[in-house]
Amino acid sequence: MLYRITGQFKTNYRSDYALFPVRQDMFLLAVILFFAWVVFPLMASEFAFQTLLIPVLIYALAALGLNILTGYAGQLSLGTGAFMGVGAYACYKLVTIFPDLNLMLAIGFSGLFSAAIGLAFGLPSLRIKGFYLAIATLAAQFFLVWLFEKWSWLYNYNASGAIQVPTIDMFGITVAGPTASSMVQYYFVLFIVSVITLLAINITRGRIGRMWKAVRDMDIAAELVGINLLRAKLIAFGVSSYIVGVSGALFVFLWRGAAEPNLFDIPLSFRILFIAIIGGLGSILGNFLGAILIIALPVILNIIPEAFGVEVDSSLLEHINIMIIGALIIAVLIIEPHGLARIWAVIREKLIIWPFPH
Amino acid sequence: MNQPSIQSGIQAGVRADDGIEKGGLLLQVDNISLSFGGVKAISNISFDVKKGEIRAIIGPNGAGKTSMLNVINGFYHPQEGKITFRGKERISMRPHEAVGQGIARTFQNVALFKGMSTLDNIMTGRSELMKKNMFWQMLWHGPALSEEVEHRTRVEDIIDFLEIQHIRRTPVGNLPYGLQKRVELGRALAMEPSLLLLDEPMAGMNLEEKEDMSRFIIEVNQQFGTTIALIEHDMGVVMDLSDRIVVLDYGKKIADGAPEEVRNNQDVIDAYLGVPH
Amino acid sequence: MDVLHKILVAPFIDMVAAPDFFMQVLWEGLVSGVLYALIALGFVLIYKSSRIFNFAQGIMVVFAALTLVGLHEKGVPALLAVPLTLVVMFVLAVAIERVVLRPLVNQPDVILFMATIGITLFLIGFGEMIFGGENKVMITEQLMIPTGAFTFEPFGGFLLIEQKDLTAVVGAGILVLVLLVFLNRSKMGRAIRALGDDHQAALSVGISLSTIWVLVWFIAGIIALATGIVWGARAGVSFALEVIAFKALPVLMLGGLESVTGAIVGGLAIGVLEKLFEIYWGQPLMGGNTETWFAFVFALIILLFRPQGLFGEKIIERV
Repeated sequence: MLYRITGQFKTNYRSDYALFPVRQDMFLLAVILFFAWVVFPLMASEFAFQTLLIPVLIYALAALGLNILTGYAGQLSLGTGAFMGVGAYACYKLVTIFPDLNLMLAIGFSGLFSAAIGLAFGLPSLRIKGFYLAIATLAAQFFLVWLFEKWSWLYNYNASGAIQVPTIDMFGITVAGPTASSMVQYYFVLFIVSVITLLAINITRGRIGRMWKAVRDMDIAAELVGINLLRAKLIAFGVSSYIVGVSGALFVFLWRGAAEPNLFDIPLSFRILFIAIIGGLGSILGNFLGAILIIALPVILNIIPEAFGVEVDSSLLEHINIMIIGALIIAVLIIEPHGLARIWAVIREKLIIWPFPH
Repeated sequence: MNQPSIQSGIQAGVRADDGIEKGGLLLQVDNISLSFGGVKAISNISFDVKKGEIRAIIGPNGAGKTSMLNVINGFYHPQEGKITFRGKERISMRPHEAVGQGIARTFQNVALFKGMSTLDNIMTGRSELMKKNMFWQMLWHGPALSEEVEHRTRVEDIIDFLEIQHIRRTPVGNLPYGLQKRVELGRALAMEPSLLLLDEPMAGMNLEEKEDMSRFIIEVNQQFGTTIALIEHDMGVVMDLSDRIVVLDYGKKIADGAPEEVRNNQDVIDAYLGVPH
Repeated sequence: MDVLHKILVAPFIDMVAAPDFFMQVLWEGLVSGVLYALIALGFVLIYKSSRIFNFAQGIMVVFAALTLVGLHEKGVPALLAVPLTLVVMFVLAVAIERVVLRPLVNQPDVILFMATIGITLFLIGFGEMIFGGENKVMITEQLMIPTGAFTFEPFGGFLLIEQKDLTAVVGAGILVLVLLVFLNRSKMGRAIRALGDDHQAALSVGISLSTIWVLVWFIAGIIALATGIVWGARAGVSFALEVIAFKALPVLMLGGLESVTGAIVGGLAIGVLEKLFEIYWGQPLMGGNTETWFAFVFALIILLFRPQGLFGEKIIERV
């Protein structure tokens, strides 16, 4: 009953293109946004900000970047972590070279660097396809992480080889660095993630999104309906790497506070990939659902034994966590290869026609 | 169902109006030869397609028909020969450029984008006609939306014309074969081609579906003036639909002419009935 | 000019100046290459028979080695631990077929690939939970693998060849030969290859999909155990070894996903080349540790010119 859409008529195509043509969806989104912008920041503890809210947003953004390349354009990438690194190191260089640069701008610019490198590694995609391309993205992964370690200019010749986020103010408020408040950082991240998500929704539902999906579903046919394959793939690589780069900059500057090269190694890339798979490839919403699940899982695993008063070794929990994620991936693929997002879509369909079965 | 909307709805597209008069030479294929490694797929074939006609290419399996279409729309690059399309001579080009010049096609084995809806599939046919760049796309409201709505209107006309309104939102992977073929025709029409290449448009269809498809082909040809070159194995359909027929066998042209001539040509009969070479 | 000299001339002068050291580097590279080839081989076998890009192959190596060492730690004699480990690998193959592959049959390649990533994670978590995450020592001596070393003095220099490395190379060679004979001569082997060519056709002549899949994953498990023993003898056993899982991937790029010859040649080539590059270019000029990426970048460059790999067949695209 709640999700009844009868009576909501569209009288022109323009209204059919509203972001949420169904009134109930709009209501649901308003509720979620209200929670994200008002309720959570008021209620959340320091712990909740740092272990749940901020990382969920940042990981979801990174997964969104990957999803554009893999879920929409069908180009499997295993090098997401390294591109996050490019964003982070670029941002670090920008704020140390131009200390007065607005952090929001610096993060926006740092995405351009990873986009440029993404384009360079995207060039082979016209000749190298499928799994071969996936392996080729590993070349970017390993080479870039090696570079972060060996090219000391990147970390300003620190003895530690790590980058340390300086204290950065924006309009008189400290937004990054050890003294920044979690709430400010949360709003900062939330703003950027909201804007990029909206832009991503727009780009995926129009001509470019259709081009990507066409390339994904059947690249030969796409070429024969007039799509320039190289351009479509390069746009996907560029846009994807841009978003991933921005998420990397946020990752270090508004969450971790410091980073060593190996932070951006394979495990990070795979973490992002899991979020995208479990959430649903070819969906925007899925990245958020996947990120919530993957980020919350270890937290929940820690809480459950505590609630029962049982002492469990933390490394054992870590192993169980890995096992569960592995099993979850398999389970999601078997139950619904398109992930949590599709499961939600099916539930929504059912709600719309409820109480009737069809 | 009668469709008063057709004449007013889909206008003969921008590119369909190619400045060539009906009956004028639209496509000329000269001495084309194509081989893969040592295997000759096409040897020394020449024929032409006139503006406004329905031209059939027939022949036994493996005669090189599909390869010929692949050459015409730039997917294969012939080793020898030249192609003149709308007065412009070329040896080969990238397939997406062929679309830009007004050549659209459908495929022997349906080549739709299975993860997308009928509507989106047909909309991809207009990719090449939509010009708003990435930044407008990201903003969406404004020029990109206006462009989207304008092209959606055209696509909806095609959907009406092909009588597939009810499956507009259905992912094409879930559609029966006959409807997929129809969606594929819709996607090709959305490109507003001046030359439409159809590769076995009726393969695997039942009688009723074949009749529908024949009707669509004739209407496309007569109402929009789109020139059509088609490959088909159903001889009844070919003889009824086409103005002229070219017959290939083992990569060579063995006959070319009106349906009556071809039907009575001894080489053609031999090729189909099988005479030792 | 100086830079060019350092890149283009100096390394070769070094090679000629110390030929014994050069031979040592070659040998070390060759031994790593054998291991890469073995992992790649297990991989090719699964890909050929089921179109599954088995990301878990490298982890199966670690898992097999851990099981072997773990069983020994629990008091099982070494020579009994080997067949027991094989039983475990067989159970694993059956479980994977039942739980993962069977429900996912006919899904797109990418889905199956991702499922194998799921298997990878599960095995890591499972293995560490049971055997612990710390580095273990391979039970080399208990398995009666010789641990001494031969020394040679070519060109008046010094060359050291460890007996366990030699055993590894010989053992790997025998394993590959047996495998080739099995694939080409036995009925099961031919069935595996038939399945790779065309699933439906193979099914229609009465080849059982699930039997073959269990068999293939079990063979991959045997190869994994062999690789695990050899690699473990060199570097110890822990999940840190998963790096070698990645090393097999550029080998596959280079050799083609379906070519047994490609896996062997590609593995050896990458093992040798990355060692040479590291010693003569990486360490003196680039700060070292280039082995992490060299194989990938090298394979990527080769692939730009031959997209189907060195041994893959040229693809004619059709519509």
